[in-house]
Amino acid sequence: MEFPTETSPHTARPNSVDTVMLRVILALIPGIVAMVWYFGWGTLINILLASITAVTAEALVMKLRHKPVLFAISDLSAVVTAMLFAIAVPPLLPWWLTVLGVLFAIVVVKQLYGGLGYNPFNPAMAAYVLLLISYPVDMTNWLPPRMLNDHPLGFIQTLHTIFAGHLPAGLTWDTVSGATPLDEMRTQLDMNRMISEIRQSPLWGDFGARGWEWIGNWFLLGGLWLLYKRVISWHIPVSMLSGLIVMAGLFYIADPNTHPFPLFHMFSGGAILGAFFIATDPVTAATTKKGQIIYGAAIGVLVFLIRTFGGYPDAVAFAVLLMNLAAPTIDYYTQPRVFGHKRGQT
Amino acid sequence: MLTLTPILAITGLALVFGLLLGYSNIRFHVEGDPIADQIDALLPQTQCGQCGFPGCRPYAEAIATGEAEINRCVPGGETVIIALADLLGRDPLPLDADVGEPKPKAVAVIDENECIGCTLCLQACPVDAIIGAAKQMHTVVRDLCTGCELCVPPCPVECIHMEPIKEDIRTWRWPYPEVEFEPAREATA
Amino acid sequence: MTPPNQQRLWRFHGGLHLPDNKAQSLGRELTQATVPQRLILPLQQHIGEEDKPLVAVGERVLKGQMIARSKAYISAPIHAPTSGTVASIGPEPIPHPSGLVATCIVIEPDGEDAWAELPEPMDDYQQRDRADLRERVRWAGIVGLGGAAFPTSVKLNPGPNVRIKTLIINGAECEPYITCDDMLMRTRAPRIVSGIKILKHLLEVEECLIGIEDNKPVAIAAMRQAVTDAGLQKTRVVTIPTLYPSGGEKQLIHILTGKEVPSHAIPAQIGVVCHNVGTTAAIADAVLEGKPLLSRIVTLTGDGVAEPRNLEALIGTPVSDLIAQAGGYTNAVYKLILGGPMMGIALHTDAVPLTKAANCLLVASREEAPDPSPVRPCIRCGECARVCPVSLLPQQMYWYARAKDFDKVQAYNLFDCIECGCCSHVCPAHLPLVQFYRFAKNEIWAQEEEKRKAEQARQRHEARQARLERLERERKAKLRKKKEALEKKKGAGGKEQDAKKAAIEAAMKRVAEKKAAAAAPKNTEGLTPAQQRQVDNAEARRRAAETEGEQEK
Repeated sequence: MEFPTETSPHTARPNSVDTVMLRVILALIPGIVAMVWYFGWGTLINILLASITAVTAEALVMKLRHKPVLFAISDLSAVVTAMLFAIAVPPLLPWWLTVLGVLFAIVVVKQLYGGLGYNPFNPAMAAYVLLLISYPVDMTNWLPPRMLNDHPLGFIQTLHTIFAGHLPAGLTWDTVSGATPLDEMRTQLDMNRMISEIRQSPLWGDFGARGWEWIGNWFLLGGLWLLYKRVISWHIPVSMLSGLIVMAGLFYIADPNTHPFPLFHMFSGGAILGAFFIATDPVTAATTKKGQIIYGAAIGVLVFLIRTFGGYPDAVAFAVLLMNLAAPTIDYYTQPRVFGHKRGQT
Repeated sequence: MLTLTPILAITGLALVFGLLLGYSNIRFHVEGDPIADQIDALLPQTQCGQCGFPGCRPYAEAIATGEAEINRCVPGGETVIIALADLLGRDPLPLDADVGEPKPKAVAVIDENECIGCTLCLQACPVDAIIGAAKQMHTVVRDLCTGCELCVPPCPVECIHMEPIKEDIRTWRWPYPEVEFEPAREATA
Repeated sequence: MTPPNQQRLWRFHGGLHLPDNKAQSLGRELTQATVPQRLILPLQQHIGEEDKPLVAVGERVLKGQMIARSKAYISAPIHAPTSGTVASIGPEPIPHPSGLVATCIVIEPDGEDAWAELPEPMDDYQQRDRADLRERVRWAGIVGLGGAAFPTSVKLNPGPNVRIKTLIINGAECEPYITCDDMLMRTRAPRIVSGIKILKHLLEVEECLIGIEDNKPVAIAAMRQAVTDAGLQKTRVVTIPTLYPSGGEKQLIHILTGKEVPSHAIPAQIGVVCHNVGTTAAIADAVLEGKPLLSRIVTLTGDGVAEPRNLEALIGTPVSDLIAQAGGYTNAVYKLILGGPMMGIALHTDAVPLTKAANCLLVASREEAPDPSPVRPCIRCGECARVCPVSLLPQQMYWYARAKDFDKVQAYNLFDCIECGCCSHVCPAHLPLVQFYRFAKNEIWAQEEEKRKAEQARQRHEARQARLERLERERKAKLRKKKEALEKKKGAGGKEQDAKKAAIEAAMKRVAEKKAAAAAPKNTEGLTPAQQRQVDNAEARRRAAETEGEQEK
């Protein structure tokens, strides 16, 4: 009797890339729901728009590269990139900016470098930074959180704003939009206000920034589920948040008047999203365990430094991109000791 | 006057760096093998002459002087061409068409019923892989034969032929796993 | 519940918890396999040199008779598993990943099972020379029965300067599905312990540790009982946590002693020797009964076989025979794997024989051994590094092996890889990682072999050139000498030359005269005019013939 021959191991493989990506998508859902609750339908519309653009773009590029299209897009990595990008940008971002960003992310940052697994930079973050630098006004046009919003936009109004490029009649940007808490804090600090004064602002929440603190919690929930399912390991999230909190804590102790309480840093902006979903992107992060700790900690430190001393209110994207550059070097110098070799000998 | 300072500054810097580089070139010079030795070390030492040169060393020297291209070695094949390209910092080329086609490895075998003991093949072998003496039986030492085929023409009774080395469990190697994005793969029978 | 150890255990990095799948083949008693119609014995069933046949086609052989042997040190002889006739010696399919054939001795059993004359049992082995004991193990053709097939007698000879402190007996059997060692320990624990006694004496060890995974409570109890019954000192059964690949030699040594075998070294260098339980039992058979290695226990399991069980079968039994004795194929059969699911070889045919190191035949269904799923690019997730028992970076090795950059692969310690398959199993991209490493190792070995041959050819060529030049020089020197000698003679002996010349000329004159005389006719006085005319005509004809002949010339 004859049999097919394959090479060992002859087992049903427990992991697969599509499962990993799908789980990341599922883990993002609680946070997305929270964002929609606090900031309206914009984020959801952006996610849909971005995902469709991303998948289409990837399909086109795969066709040009003569690769099986359906197989390539079924790994859902383009969808993950699109979702992270759409979560990062303001809810009312004009549609063509979203499309531009996603096209840049998929075609240039990911596919031109070789596709999944070959890109050195995080595509969503690179696209976010591109837009932030090129269109600073549109990219900083956030909405106030639900409880502070006098003019919440309905679904159709949001749709109209995003696709028409301007607000519905009767509304102006001044009335509709508001600064993010981090933005507000920077501006006020630059005006030499004290933290104690700034804290009185309604944008300050219970333990973080208003609205953002709860979004952070929901993303945290998703992140913990990813940890439980072993999609990500604890090294990067823990070290990143530790780096951020330790730095924030040191500066807070040194001067409580000009530096907020460390928990504020953790629960505002993209810190938690970054820690569990962005910095943990396996393709662009460090791979050795020791390396991941250094990588994560360095991101946390950079986030604090850029937020406090740099030119932008939120810094997760920049910090991640900077550490993406360093990841191969970190990997090279943090190789584990091989069984049967002496320490330090590779 | 305003434009003089930058010019002087740049010139000064250029001089300084130039001196630094020159000094480093002398101070940190590394003694290396002459290039011909390094090339010879990469060649398979079959001494067959198929490249057009009488042996591997002359070919190596020809490459070193630029007389010959790197794609003339038939027994070395693609591996040697790529290695030479790496060494010399050039692009690899396909095997030169007029030196021949890549052939499977073979060894010479003497048909002992026909051999007349003339020693012509003995003298032709560049690595002395044939043992025997005048009017005595000649035989090829299999492990020493490089497959250069120089012994085949001189034999007056045509009793030497090349036998391709058959693949058995000793010579078999795991093949390179061909992986591509593939929606479905047929299992090999 | 297995009682706890009083022994500290260490843990190696990584490893996998895999579903056991051992219950299927443990549900039936160990059975003796029936003798097949033909026994196929490959000449290479061990690491080292191939054996050469000692018998000829048509010869009758007896059970236990040595039929093939190699003179090389690293080799093990082969014996006829039963009495019969040598039917052929030639290429037959063998269980090898290449699917190629190799030379085998085929025996047709005669059904009598007649024993050859065996060497005497060495019950008094304690008094014997250790070299004799090793020679007995060597004669018996014993190789590592855990799968490696390294000649055991070589392993038992670490060298005069090497002190072995610990003997480890490997009863871990960490791979899923395989239960042959478990069955051996359950049914023949006293035999194994006898082997341990012999090994302890042979290697002069201080202590012996028997490592068994904790998923084998019956085997652990049996071995503990046997050790107690034999009254062995400093010999302990140690239960180790079930974790793949705890049964790897280096991993087991680390678990039990905390020591790491240095890279590219053998355990003897750190004072440890490790043997499989099956090998140990075979040693006992060889020393105490003079019996060579003729049979082994093999596990027949998987959803593709109707009655999964363990069989004690003769070496050389065709696999198709064994499967028939395990109830035959079921409809679910899809693949035939020799070994376990993690490291086994997929066989393309069941017409191959059972070899010495074959521990399991996993007749797998499609669910158990699915076709490889389509491969995606590496997403650098690091799962492979998380599970690697040797703490390598499989990801880096993959990238460089794929690029065929063999220097870099070796820089990441390719040759420390034990090919356990943990990395391939967890890879989400379903990359055949172990295949890349096997390919890279083979290529590097082939390249080293080519370099060695090229160097040898270069040296021979240079030596030849040197020899030819030397001969040329000598020839030229000789010529020169001769010329000089000649010239010397010319100048010195002038008179001699003239005298010689005159003598030569005189001699030549005499010869010419003789010739003329011989040519001229005799008896020419007193001839009549008619006779004189006849003689003259003949003379004229002769002269004419001469000149013609000369002209023709």
